[in-house]
Amino acid sequence: MNREIYITDYNCVTPLGFDVEANWKALLEGKSGVTLRKVIENHEAFYVSKIDSEKLDEEFIKHFDNQNFTRLEKMFLLSLKPLVDRHSISDNTAFILSTTKGNISLLKNETTLPEGVYLSKLAQKLADFFRFKTKPIVVSNACVSGVMAISVAKNMIQAGKYEDAFVVAGDEISEFVISGFNSFQAIGSEPCKPYDKNRNGINLGEATASVYITSELNQKEKFKFKILGDSAINDANHISGPSRTGDGLFASVQNAMKEAKVSSDQIDFISAHGTATLYNDEMEAIAFNRMDLQNVPLNSMKGYYGHCLGASGLLESIISMESALKNTLIPSKNFEEMGVSQDLNIITENQSAEIKYILKTASGFGGCNAAIVLEKC
Amino acid sequence: MEDLKLELKNKIIEVLNLEDVAVEEIKDTDPLFGGGLGLDSIDALELIVLLDKDYGIKLADPKKGKEIFQSIEVMAKYIEENRTK
Amino acid sequence: MMKKTDICTIENSKIILNEQIIFESETENFSDFAKEAYKTLELNYPKFHKMDNLSKLAFLASEMILKNDDHSNTALVFANKSSSLDTDFKYQESINSQDNYFPSPAVFVYTLPNICVGEISIKHKIQTENAFFVLDVFNEEFLNSYATQILQSGKAEKVLCGWVELYQESYKAFVYLLTT
Repeated sequence: MNREIYITDYNCVTPLGFDVEANWKALLEGKSGVTLRKVIENHEAFYVSKIDSEKLDEEFIKHFDNQNFTRLEKMFLLSLKPLVDRHSISDNTAFILSTTKGNISLLKNETTLPEGVYLSKLAQKLADFFRFKTKPIVVSNACVSGVMAISVAKNMIQAGKYEDAFVVAGDEISEFVISGFNSFQAIGSEPCKPYDKNRNGINLGEATASVYITSELNQKEKFKFKILGDSAINDANHISGPSRTGDGLFASVQNAMKEAKVSSDQIDFISAHGTATLYNDEMEAIAFNRMDLQNVPLNSMKGYYGHCLGASGLLESIISMESALKNTLIPSKNFEEMGVSQDLNIITENQSAEIKYILKTASGFGGCNAAIVLEKC
Repeated sequence: MEDLKLELKNKIIEVLNLEDVAVEEIKDTDPLFGGGLGLDSIDALELIVLLDKDYGIKLADPKKGKEIFQSIEVMAKYIEENRTK
Repeated sequence: MMKKTDICTIENSKIILNEQIIFESETENFSDFAKEAYKTLELNYPKFHKMDNLSKLAFLASEMILKNDDHSNTALVFANKSSSLDTDFKYQESINSQDNYFPSPAVFVYTLPNICVGEISIKHKIQTENAFFVLDVFNEEFLNSYATQILQSGKAEKVLCGWVELYQESYKAFVYLLTT
C-alpha cells in the first residue's frame, strides 16, 4: 500500500509578484506579465513575460546578504526561502530542481564552459545555501520538467528514499532560448492566444516556483493537495512536433487518472499546456477529447505568464491549487474564438467553482508529455 | 543555373546531414518534401536559414517555404531571382 | 527483485555489450567513431546522421540492447552530468557574433538532454514512461530506485536505464536493461 503524498506549501516569483498572494490578486484582475521587450541586441522586440530586474534585486537584498548569485539563482532563492523558513530540512529531505537551461546565459562569448552552466552545480549551490543534506536531483525534461518534478518527488518518497521534498522549478528568458524558438518560427507576433483561431505562436516567460511535498502531516497545514497519480509518456513520433493524434498526452492522462482512480467526469479543472502554437494546442484538443474531457473547464496560463519552460509546469500547478483553494476558475487569457478542431470547455471569465480534482498536463520537445492528478483535501 | 542546382544539391546533403544520399540521386524536379529524401519540418526550417545565410534572402513569410522548396529546379529559380549574395 | 539483463558500455572508441567488444575503432574522434559504428553495425537509420553527439551516444548504446525486440512496455530513464552542454556550446557559437548570426533550428532542438530519449522512443516506436535527470555523478542507486518505482506501480515491465555523459571528446555511456 503506497503512502499518501501531499503538497502542503508553495511559493512563486513571477512578473506578477514575488509571492502567491500578489500573483493571485493580479490574475483575478486579468493582469499579464507579457509586454513587448527587446531581448536580443540589434533584433526586433519580442512579446515576453519578464521579471523587472530592479525590483528583483530590491526584493533580494531585503532577504539575502550574499550577492554572489546570478539573476536566475536570485529568483530561485527568493522562491524557496519562505518554504525553507516554514519547514525543516532533515537527512531524508530531497531537493529537486526542474530547469531546462539553467544559467545558460553564462555561455555567451565563452571559449570554455563556466562552472555555473552545469545544472548539477546550479542545484548544489542552491542546496548548499539552504544546507540541504541530500544530493540534489535535477529534472531536465524540456517543458514537462515542472510537472515531472512533482511526480519524481512523489515517487521517490513512496519508494522510501526520502520523507519529504522541496521542489523548485525555474527558467530565465535568454537570448539563447529566444533565438532558438525564433528559428523554429514558433514565436507569436502578439500576446499569445492559446486555442484561439488566430494564434500564431508562443511568448516566452520566466519565473521560479517552489512546492513542499511530504508524506507526514502535522495538522498545522494551511492546505493540502494529495498527489494521486502521475505519468509521463513519449509520443514516439518526432523530436519537435507533437503526435497528431495526441498519443503521448492521451496515454499520460489516462495512466495518471487510472492511478488516481478518478474518472473523466470527476475532474473539476484542467490546467493545460496551451502554448499557442498551431500544433500543440490542436494536439491537446485531440488528446483531451480521446479521454472524454472536453466538457471540463480548462485554461492555459500562458497568456498571463508566457511559456516559462522548466518553471511552467510547477508554476501553473501552484496557480491551479490556488484556484481550488479560492473556489475560483480564471479564464484562459486572450482566448476569443475557438481555433482547434475539437471541443474544449475553455474558461472565458472568472467564475466560482467547486474544485476538488485537478488535472495538470504539459508537453514538450522530444515528444514528451506529463500529467498529474491532484486532490484538494 | 546548372552550377547553382549542383551547388544546392551539395549544400542540402551537407546541411541536412543526408549522409547516405549521393548528389546524382537528387533529380532537379523531384519533390524535396514528401519524396525519398525523408525531409521533415526541421529540414524545412533549416532551408530557410540556408536561403538567408548563403544567398542573403530573408523570407518575409516563412510559409512561402513550401512553394520555394518544391524541388531543386524551383528553389534554384527562386534564388536566382532573389539572391543578394 | 530486479534483474539487470543486458549492459552496454561505450567509451574510448569501443562498444561493449555484456562484456564482449562488439565494435572498436582506431579513431579518437567521437563523431567519426559513431559514424563507423553506424556503418559497421548496419544500423540503417538515416535519422542517425541528424542527431547530435549526445543522441548518437545514447542511441548506439540503446540499439545494442533493444535490437528489434518488442519493447512496447519498456520505460526509458536516463541521466548525465553535462546535460546537453556539448550542443549548447555549438549553438551558442552560432549566435555569438551579430555579423554571423544564423541560429540553426536543427542544432537548437538538441539543446535539451531529453531529446536523446525521444530519439530512442521514436526509433522503436515505444510510447512509454520517459525521464531525464542531471546528476553530479553517475548514481546507479538513484536510477534503480526510480526504475523500481515505475516497475512496481505497473507503469512498465522493463526499464532501460542509462548514464550517457558526453562533452566534446570526453564521453561514456553505461546503459542497462532492468526487468522484474
